[in-house]
Amino acid sequence: MSPRSVHWFKFSSPSTFYPVAGKISTVSAVIAVVLIAVGLYMSFFVAPTDYKQGEGYRIIFVHVPASWMSMFIYVVMAGWAAIGLVFNTRLSAMMAQALAPTGAMFAFLSLWTGSFWGKPMWGTWWVWDARITAELILLFLYLGYMALRSSIDDPRRGDRASAILLLVGVVNIPIIYYSVQWWNTLHQGATIKMGEQSSMDETMLITMLVMTFAFWAYAIAVTMARVRTVILERERTTTWVRELAMGER
Amino acid sequence: MLEALIWIIRRDLTIAMRRRADIFTTLIFFVIVVSLFPLGIGPELDTLRLIAPGVVWVGALLASMLALEQIFSADHRDGTLEQMLLTPQPVSLLVVGKVLAHWLVTGLPLVVMAPLLGLQYDLSWPGLQALVLSLLLGTPALSLIGAIGAALTLGLRSGGVLLALLVLPLYIPVLIFGAGAVEATVSGLGGQSHLAMLAAILVGSLVLAPVATAAALRVAED
Repeated sequence: MSPRSVHWFKFSSPSTFYPVAGKISTVSAVIAVVLIAVGLYMSFFVAPTDYKQGEGYRIIFVHVPASWMSMFIYVVMAGWAAIGLVFNTRLSAMMAQALAPTGAMFAFLSLWTGSFWGKPMWGTWWVWDARITAELILLFLYLGYMALRSSIDDPRRGDRASAILLLVGVVNIPIIYYSVQWWNTLHQGATIKMGEQSSMDETMLITMLVMTFAFWAYAIAVTMARVRTVILERERTTTWVRELAMGER
Repeated sequence: MLEALIWIIRRDLTIAMRRRADIFTTLIFFVIVVSLFPLGIGPELDTLRLIAPGVVWVGALLASMLALEQIFSADHRDGTLEQMLLTPQPVSLLVVGKVLAHWLVTGLPLVVMAPLLGLQYDLSWPGLQALVLSLLLGTPALSLIGAIGAALTLGLRSGGVLLALLVLPLYIPVLIFGAGAVEATVSGLGGQSHLAMLAAILVGSLVLAPVATAAALRVAED
């Protein structure tokens, strides 16, 4: 085994990962705050007014990054689940567990901002658009994962059962997405089409990217903070946690 | 291997035949759910004809979901499942057998009953044919996909509600193509493409779902 792989597996142990996660969490939190401040300033004051949608379009700078994050986080969770099943590492399942609430939050945020956007633009809070419906189903998948995770008391069984669910979900997501799209095109003839910006302004694009990176940093910071609490809770019987608790008291 | 498959199907069918009431519970649930919609929406046949494919399909979906818990629960309780996992036969094969037997007992009656309910909604003759065909292709896929959820929630508290939460999102493609096939046939577009997609989903889930179910059973019986 090369030294590099040894180095990586060193951090798969909760006790060595715990302090590292704390450092990553702090650094990411600082980055997130800075980027969100910059991104919000740009989205409100720098980005130009859209010629078609006016000022209302500005919610896109929260809406689109949140949708991206919600989809991306599910795939990352499935990746951790696969690693956990293959290498039988406890930390991988803990990472998936820590990511889930953030992913569900982004899915909900995306739906919420979407309906706030839809009200002034389309005159309705909800449209059975293919993308909106797919996002809603993604939120259901997150909720199902979290419900399964929390209803299994035995942590080892919970890790593996929810990992299987995540892998089943990730195989199904493309099928669900395309079937919803097919359903939508069949049912909705000439109604609203969303996201029809032929050429996006460069400052708009940069603002959106800044917000995306801000959300990334936020997601990493929150996940790392959460995985620390998960580690403490799951490893509470071990000596290193007890020593940590004694030292901090 | 084929012997084991036939053996497990025959065994499950025998057990089911000795508890016939369970079969009828699912079937009656299906009939009642579908009959509730006209009471909620109103008796106008024009409206009912429009919603018939969706209502019958959602009813079938809910009924087959309710029946899911029975696939493994009895065998799990008396320890038979643990012994089955110890046999030299691949677990996914046993899963296929159990799901097939379960479908014959709970899914097939729904398919047989569906045209009668379709008549209540004044579906046309081609529409009824498409309904039966789509259910015939769709309900086995529902049972196969649902078996994953049943295996994952085996022996958990609040298993039934949890099972619905896990399985219903995964059922959406089947619902879309199933109800879509009937609707496309009724409107004269032809439902072949939907039926082809349903068949593809069935074949895909026949290959993949038993593997996931077997893995979930191993976790549950660990």
